[in-house]
Amino acid sequence: MNLSRRHFLVLMPAAAIAWKSVLAGTPEQASNYKISEHWWGMLIDIPKCIGCGNCVRACQAENDVPDGYFRTWVERYHVEDENMTNPQVISPDGGKEGFPIATEDAGKYFFVPKMCNHCSDSPCTQVCPVGATFVTPDGVVLVDPKYCLGCAYCVQACPYGCRYIHPDKKVADKCSLCYHRITKGLTTACCENCPTGARQLVDLKNPKDPIHEFLKTHSVQVLKPQMATGAKAYYNGLDGSVR
Amino acid sequence: MMYNLAIIFGEQVKVMNGVEGFMYPNEIGLQWSVLIVLYPFITGLVAGAFILASLERVFHVEAIKPTYRLALLTALSFLIVAPLPLQLHLGHPERSPEMYFTPHSTSAMAMFGYVYLWYLMAVLVFEIWLDYRRDIVLLSQSTKGLLRWLYKLMTLGSDNISPRSLHIDEKVGWVVTLIGIPSAFLLHGYVGFIFGSIKANPWWSSPLMPVVFIFSAMVSGIAGVMLIYMAVTKLRRQPIDIRCVDSIAKYLFYIFIIDFSLEMLDLIHRVYEADESFRSLDFMVHTKLYIPHIVIQIILGTVTPLVLLSITQVVKLPEQVRKRMYVTAGCLAMVGIFAMRWNVVIGGQLFSKSFLGYTTYKMALVTREGSLVAAGLSILPLFILWALVKLLPPWPSEHAVQPVAGD
Repeated sequence: MNLSRRHFLVLMPAAAIAWKSVLAGTPEQASNYKISEHWWGMLIDIPKCIGCGNCVRACQAENDVPDGYFRTWVERYHVEDENMTNPQVISPDGGKEGFPIATEDAGKYFFVPKMCNHCSDSPCTQVCPVGATFVTPDGVVLVDPKYCLGCAYCVQACPYGCRYIHPDKKVADKCSLCYHRITKGLTTACCENCPTGARQLVDLKNPKDPIHEFLKTHSVQVLKPQMATGAKAYYNGLDGSVR
Repeated sequence: MMYNLAIIFGEQVKVMNGVEGFMYPNEIGLQWSVLIVLYPFITGLVAGAFILASLERVFHVEAIKPTYRLALLTALSFLIVAPLPLQLHLGHPERSPEMYFTPHSTSAMAMFGYVYLWYLMAVLVFEIWLDYRRDIVLLSQSTKGLLRWLYKLMTLGSDNISPRSLHIDEKVGWVVTLIGIPSAFLLHGYVGFIFGSIKANPWWSSPLMPVVFIFSAMVSGIAGVMLIYMAVTKLRRQPIDIRCVDSIAKYLFYIFIIDFSLEMLDLIHRVYEADESFRSLDFMVHTKLYIPHIVIQIILGTVTPLVLLSITQVVKLPEQVRKRMYVTAGCLAMVGIFAMRWNVVIGGQLFSKSFLGYTTYKMALVTREGSLVAAGLSILPLFILWALVKLLPPWPSEHAVQPVAGD
C-alpha cells in the first residue's frame, strides 16, 4: 500500500485519537449520554416484592460485592396487629437465598428491598473528610476508591446502613446504582433481574418516565423521612413499621 | 426444608456473630474500634492539661505553679500521640495528607489536620518554647557534645536572655496562652462535634456533645496532671506541695460537678423526651452497656470520685488522708472518663439504626486495632513525657544546678 505524504498527514491525527481511545480503555459513559439531562432514583414497589433474592444475587455478581456485605438486601417484616411498633425482621444473608417459610399466621408479612437511597442531601457526602464520596450531577452518590481514606465516617453517617468498608480494598463501598450501566442506557442489575418489576430505575428529569404518573396516582414514601436526606429510593406501599 | 436449614444455620451464625434481634446486614461489624476510643481520651487529656496550665498563666492561680510546666509537657506528650490511633485505624493511612491538601469543606473531620497543627505548633510548642527559652539558652551553654547542639538548635538562634527579652517572652507567652484556651476548647469541642453532628445516630446526635466532651476533657486532664505530678514528685523523693494538690483537687471537683450535671441533663432529656430511639437505647444501657456505663462510668468513675472530692472539700482531713483520697479520686476519674469515651464510641455502634437489634464488639488482641496496640499507645505518651522531662526539666531549682538530670 502506497501512502502519500498527504494521506499520512491526514491519517496521523485520526490514528492518534484512536490510540488515545485504546489507552483510555472502555469509556464509562456512552457518547450520547448527557449527564445534566438525568436525575436518577429508584422506585420500589413493596406489594410486588416476593423476596426471591434475585436482586441481591444479581448485584453481587455484577459488582463483585464481597461475601457478608451488601449493596442491596431484602428484609422480611412480620408485623402483628397489636404490636405494630415492634416488628419481627429477618434478612438471612441479606435475603440472597430467599427466606424461610413463615411459621406464624397472625399479623402480616411483607418484603422490603433496601439499597442506597442516593440522597440529594446525603449525610455520607457531607461528612467525607476529603470529598471521596460525592453526588454526581445526575443524582447518584458514588465513592472514588482511589481517593477514599477508609475512615468509615460515611458509614457512621448513613442512616440506612447502606455502606461498609470493603474488606480487601479498605475503602468505603456502596450501591453505585450500576452507574457503569445506566450511563450506557441500561438499567441496574437488580432491576433487570427482578421477576416482578418490584424495582424500577427512574429518571426524574425525563418527562416520559412512567414514574411521574406513578407518583401522581400512588401513595409513595421514602425511608426515615425525618432524616431529611432527600432520599430518592421511593417506596410504594411502605408500612409505618418499616425502619 | 432448605429454607428451614437456612434459617437454622442463619440463627447459628447470628448467635456466633453476637447479634440479638435485627441489624442491617452491613452493621454487624463495628467500624470504629478501641483506637477511636483512645483518640478522644488522649485529646481530652491534652486539652485538660493545657487548661490547667492556663489557670496559672492567665488567671494567676499561684498555688498550682509547681504543675505548670509539667502540665504543658504532659499536653505535648499526649498531643504527639493523638494522631497515631487515627492513622492506625484508616484503611489507607498513606492518603491521610489529602485531608490537608484537599479538605472537604462540609466535613467536620476534615478540620482535624488544621485544628491539630494549629494547636500543636501555634499554641503548645510555641508556648513551651517561650517558657523554656531562657533555660534552653543556659543549657546550650552548660552542656556538652550532641546535647549542646540539640539545645542550640532548640534556641532557633534566639539566644538573647536579657531581662527585656525575657519580659517580651513573658508577654507573648501570656497572649499565646490566652489564644490557647479557646484553641483547647476548639480541639476537644470539635472531637465532640464529630460525634454530636451525626444525625443518623441518636446515641451521638446531641448539641450537648461538644460541651460534655470539653468538660470531661478538663476532668481527665486535671486529674491526669495531678496524678503525674504526685507520682513524679514521689519518684524524685521530693515533698508533694499539698497546697498545690489541694487547689488542683478543688478545681477538679468543680469541673467534675459541671461535667456530671451536663451528662445528667443529657440523660434526663433523653429519658423525658423518650423519642423513637429511646426504647432501644434504654435496653442497651440496661444490658450490653450496663457494666461500662452504669457501673464503671457513672457509679465508679463519677459518683465515687465526686463523693471523695466533696468529703475533702467539707471535712478537715489529715494531709496524708487527703493525698490518698486525691489519688483514688483521680484514678477513678480517669477510669470514668475512659469509660465515657468507650460508651460513646463503642456504645454508639452496638445498636442497629433500625432500633431492632444489637451487635457485640469483639476486641482482638494482636491486630492493628487490637488491645495490645491500644495499650501501647496509652503508655507511649508517658515515655515521651519522660524524655521531654529529661530534655526540658520542669523544676527550676534542679536544672539551674544540674541542667540535664531532670528527675
